[in-house]
Amino acid sequence: MESRGLRIALRIWVVLVLLFLFVPIALIFLYAFDKSTVQSWPISGFTLRWFSVAWHDPDVRQAFLLSLKVGLLATVIALGLGSMVAYAVHSFAFFGRETVSFLLVLPLALPGIVTGIALSSFFSFTGTGLSILTIVIGHATFCIVVVYNNMVARLRRVPGSLSEASADLGARGWQTARLITLPMVGTALISGALLAFALSFDEVIVTVFTAGAQNTLPLWIFGAIRLGQQLPEVNAVVSVVILLTLIPVGLAARVAGSGAVTRSAGRAAPAGEQAGLAGR
Amino acid sequence: MMPGMGTFSRAARSALVVAAAGLLAAACGSSGGAAPPAAGGGSSAASGGGAPQVPTANLPVLQKIGQGEGTLNLIAWEGYLEPQWVKPFEQQSDCQVHATYAGTSDQMVTLMKNGGNGQYDMVSSSGDADLRIIYAGDAHPVNMSLIPEVKDFFPAFQAPAFNTVNGVHYGVSLQWGPNVLMYSKKAFTTAPTSWSVLYDSKYKGQVTVPDNPIQIADAALYLKTHDPSLKITDPYELTQPQFQAAVKLLADQRPLIKKYWGLASQEISAFKNGDVTLGAGWPYQVSALTDAKFPIGSVVPSEGATGWADSWMLAAKAPHPNCAYLWMRYISTPKVQAQQAVNYGETPDNKLACPFMNKIQAGSCELYHANAPQSYFDSISLWKTPVATCDNGQQNCVPYAEWQQAWTTQVTG
Amino acid sequence: MTAAQGAGPAAEGGAPGQDLAGRWPRVSAVLWRRPWARASLLLTPALAWFVLIYLAALVVLLITAFWRINAFTSNIEQVWNLNNFTLIFQTAAYRDIVLRTVGMAAGVTIVDAIIALPFAYYMARIASRPTRTFLYVAILLPLWASYLAKVYAWLLIFTHDGLLNWSLGKVGVGPVSLIYSNPAVFIVFCYVWLPFMVVPIYAALERIPPSQIEASQDLGARTWRTTRLVILPLILPGVVAGSIFTFSLTLGDFITPILIGGSGSNFMGNVIEQSVGIANNVPFGAAMALIPIVIMAIYLLLARAAGAFRAL
Repeated sequence: MESRGLRIALRIWVVLVLLFLFVPIALIFLYAFDKSTVQSWPISGFTLRWFSVAWHDPDVRQAFLLSLKVGLLATVIALGLGSMVAYAVHSFAFFGRETVSFLLVLPLALPGIVTGIALSSFFSFTGTGLSILTIVIGHATFCIVVVYNNMVARLRRVPGSLSEASADLGARGWQTARLITLPMVGTALISGALLAFALSFDEVIVTVFTAGAQNTLPLWIFGAIRLGQQLPEVNAVVSVVILLTLIPVGLAARVAGSGAVTRSAGRAAPAGEQAGLAGR
Repeated sequence: MMPGMGTFSRAARSALVVAAAGLLAAACGSSGGAAPPAAGGGSSAASGGGAPQVPTANLPVLQKIGQGEGTLNLIAWEGYLEPQWVKPFEQQSDCQVHATYAGTSDQMVTLMKNGGNGQYDMVSSSGDADLRIIYAGDAHPVNMSLIPEVKDFFPAFQAPAFNTVNGVHYGVSLQWGPNVLMYSKKAFTTAPTSWSVLYDSKYKGQVTVPDNPIQIADAALYLKTHDPSLKITDPYELTQPQFQAAVKLLADQRPLIKKYWGLASQEISAFKNGDVTLGAGWPYQVSALTDAKFPIGSVVPSEGATGWADSWMLAAKAPHPNCAYLWMRYISTPKVQAQQAVNYGETPDNKLACPFMNKIQAGSCELYHANAPQSYFDSISLWKTPVATCDNGQQNCVPYAEWQQAWTTQVTG
Repeated sequence: MTAAQGAGPAAEGGAPGQDLAGRWPRVSAVLWRRPWARASLLLTPALAWFVLIYLAALVVLLITAFWRINAFTSNIEQVWNLNNFTLIFQTAAYRDIVLRTVGMAAGVTIVDAIIALPFAYYMARIASRPTRTFLYVAILLPLWASYLAKVYAWLLIFTHDGLLNWSLGKVGVGPVSLIYSNPAVFIVFCYVWLPFMVVPIYAALERIPPSQIEASQDLGARTWRTTRLVILPLILPGVVAGSIFTFSLTLGDFITPILIGGSGSNFMGNVIEQSVGIANNVPFGAAMALIPIVIMAIYLLLARAAGAFRAL
């Protein structure tokens, strides 16, 4: 239906956009193997040295471990709270259902800095010292909605007739939930958890306001870029971080049914699933 | 559900206590009262009713340095925690040093809030921040008898007004030095002799200066020479007209600025990458660029320079006090003082450091003024907190809060 | 929570040590008979979290905006006043910063929409199935790749001896000095938020039944007319949904201006971050933070009217 010219123009456009998207990312990987300590183009030679430097840097290690801990704790909280709400919102009609969804999405819809400064004033108001705990609180607050989105999208696709049949056959509510609903939404839970972890692992704006003296990995990277004294090491760390963030996302895409990615390209999938992946 | 009710009342209490100190900066009444020391080399400022209290003055001090706690969290200027002297300390003390670098005194005051939040042990703050930290109740008294090395300091730094209040020490003095004019030798074959190059539209887009309200003092110092009609005597004590003139000079400078640097390393990269050719900076940047084989030049121009005198201040809630004391002792020894002075390009407070400096780099003792006469000390206007009360007791000086405001609203905006 | 506990051991007066498993079915039965009890059991933890932490934090933020700090010690003083607001509204520089930020956010949103529309259209309506999957992954990768890495990459590109000037040198154009400038900040914002625009537009396009477009064409409408009258109205919710992200994310960002921006790159996020992180003037930062909140509240209301929440 589109004219040939239009199709060609669109194809060129798509290629240009892909270049725009991927040249900078590719560049980071190239620089990570650059011999030179000066960040100039073209790169001067190949080395693996900076990965070794980063690996042996105690600051990087501590930051990495802290990010892992924060990510895991925030994910556990988000998983618990997010899936419970999703189930409630899906299964019960109650007054203020819309409000609940709206509330959950608020930390993502408002600029991160608002969440950051709000939590920062809250912690100083209540005299809560900044620690790993305050970082986790901040992260869990915006991770809940990721789990929630994934769950709600999936629950909508679980036919209500299944639960009814289960109830008709004498199953109690909890039995139905455990034996029918949970297996159907299990992958959505896993993908929600993976995405929540990826989101937490990469977060920097809120963390700036909720972290104490300890650095998460993004805080270390931000500081190191500003300081600019160890950029070759930053190149190595950052390229590893890209890979580490993409692994959970890739897993999530694979796990959420034979891949939320391929499925969402099909006609039947509701957009919610994609928004789940995109919902940050 | 509401943790920290206790802290709440603590906050309220210290707010009350501090209100008295706050009058230092507010345009307060005429009483004049007792004169607490203001920031910087021994100047003073009158307070409102009654002598202001340091909320933490009566906290018990450490009586004996015990085993290190394994960790030491420090807030520092860049260049103050180089591996060269931090590594040996870590090995001998069992204290792993964690550095957080700050770019301005304001940032140091903020990081030290709530006594360092139970996170930070010490800060290497300058004279313009020390008293703000002390009167906010964020610094802890220091038992100087545990740090005998300080006896070898020049007298001016043994109990200076910027870190010692009513005989109570809140930290140990460290080093001092000038803010210098930096220029790329690629662009300047002869060294500029005046700060005027920073205000010359010829160098549009090639200049970098600190993103720091205290820069207003640098403009005032320049005007002190170039506009005598303003009658500026002290660049930190400015009346409204003097202040406005300095701010206007900086606002006019803005189109020339490529980047207001927040951290010293940003200035280093900007020079290295060829993004700027002129700048105001610290000797640290000059050393770092020289080490990187960049043709950098630096001068203290004819108008003189602003400068700083730093101290390691102890946080009110320092979680690792033993390590902090071990660090204060270590950093005050002549050899370490010399290492830092030569590495950074500043002047040590320990008078025994001179020979050590020359051992590291011949002639460095003289180069960095470790044996310089009083007149050199006097030519540097050391950073101090601008307060409403001028040195002459008049109440018409512009306080620091207005400096901060003018900096963001009229200069960098 | 309380409902469940009330219906549980307390109601039965069960002795301690009694087999928990034995009681569980009864608790379960009570909950099953009372959906509201189950609903509140499920909702309470998350709602408690949001009300006691997140909403409480926003309320504290609102209150703090009406306090002030001690000018000397910069400790917070709980003295009610409107000075923070008068300062923001009466100072030309802060007005400029607000306008600059909103302008930047709007510009980024518009440019991203322009870049994303043809891309998403190709993806949804022209690409073969494998290509479509490939493109979808190609959008998701940069969407999730580390934010700092992406900003940093542009620092490497824009720097004096970076890829940009090298490429320009190859085609004989003199070096440009984009680094530390607002155009550079603009490009980076467009880059990092682009995937957030593509995904919802693609989702909206994908939901348009092909029959609807064919019908339009059958009725004689040309490509452009079909696009304007059929497709655009249908994908508008998608564009608005994407714009919520691009707009909101730009509005509150301070990292990119710090790393890429120059002497005229103060945005609302920077003012807030500096107020909290450098000047310790949390009350002023809080007052400033209310501006993006109000802007986003208006934006979200308008978006809801445009039906964007269904596309979120």
